[in-house]
Amino acid sequence: MDQETDAELLGRLRTGDERAFVTLVRRHHAVMLRLAAGYVPSMAVAEEVVQDTWLGVLRGIGGFEGRSSVRTWLFRILVNRARTAGVRERRSVAIGDWVPAVDQSRFDATGHWAAPPEHWVEEAENRIDAAKLADRLRSAVGELPVRQREVVLLRDVEGLSSEEVCGVLEISEGNQRVLLHRARSRLRQVLETDFGRS
Amino acid sequence: MLPRLRLPLRGRRDVVCQQAVELVTDYLEGALSRADRRRFEAHLAACPHCTEYLAQMRATIALTGGLTADDLTPQMQDEFVTLFRQWRGAGQDGT
Repeated sequence: MDQETDAELLGRLRTGDERAFVTLVRRHHAVMLRLAAGYVPSMAVAEEVVQDTWLGVLRGIGGFEGRSSVRTWLFRILVNRARTAGVRERRSVAIGDWVPAVDQSRFDATGHWAAPPEHWVEEAENRIDAAKLADRLRSAVGELPVRQREVVLLRDVEGLSSEEVCGVLEISEGNQRVLLHRARSRLRQVLETDFGRS
Repeated sequence: MLPRLRLPLRGRRDVVCQQAVELVTDYLEGALSRADRRRFEAHLAACPHCTEYLAQMRATIALTGGLTADDLTPQMQDEFVTLFRQWRGAGQDGT
């Protein structure tokens, strides 16, 4: 049952199918909650925003025209509501100042590695306490600036395409890449701190 | 002070490591021009450290992609079922 596409579920939801609704909610709830949490002061408010979004989805279900994917449509409703509910977004609309992907002290004056990255890829991938690593990564994602967090959540955790992410967040491809780059670079640093000598 | 490394590569001869690490995402996203991609790949071919760096970025993306969404608690699921029933009870506004 969980293999049905979002569009199929939405079709059944239109006919009043409760199980289709619950499946859709379960499929998208966690990421919606995390997205909403970037805009509002508390998880309680984020939960309200998500619930309000689903209510909006139910009321506006006839308005979905299939021009975007169901997921894009859903997340866009959420982000709009979260932005309305929150105040933090106003301070973070800009993509922010440039931050180097790797601390400048790691390079020499000619721009070559002075302290090159150590080898830890297999160690990270084969890590026995994978749950601990996931926790570490999850909290690192949570600590990213909101715009970076949105992009990395949608792209790398949820697996949306760059086009879908631009559609949800209403940002340009270029800004999407800048935010993704900063977020991924930061997460790599976190892993390096865990595994390498840093 | 180091040169502004975010500038386009046009006119520069070779990519240095500090530029290469800033190009990784554009490279993985297929957003580099053909000329810049060639320069980036030429740098990688000659630089084991940047090759390592790229492998780490790929591993980071894969590990981030392995994060699973937290499940709904049964209580929250009940709330959504209630929400749904209220909506259906209210008559769906002609859909």
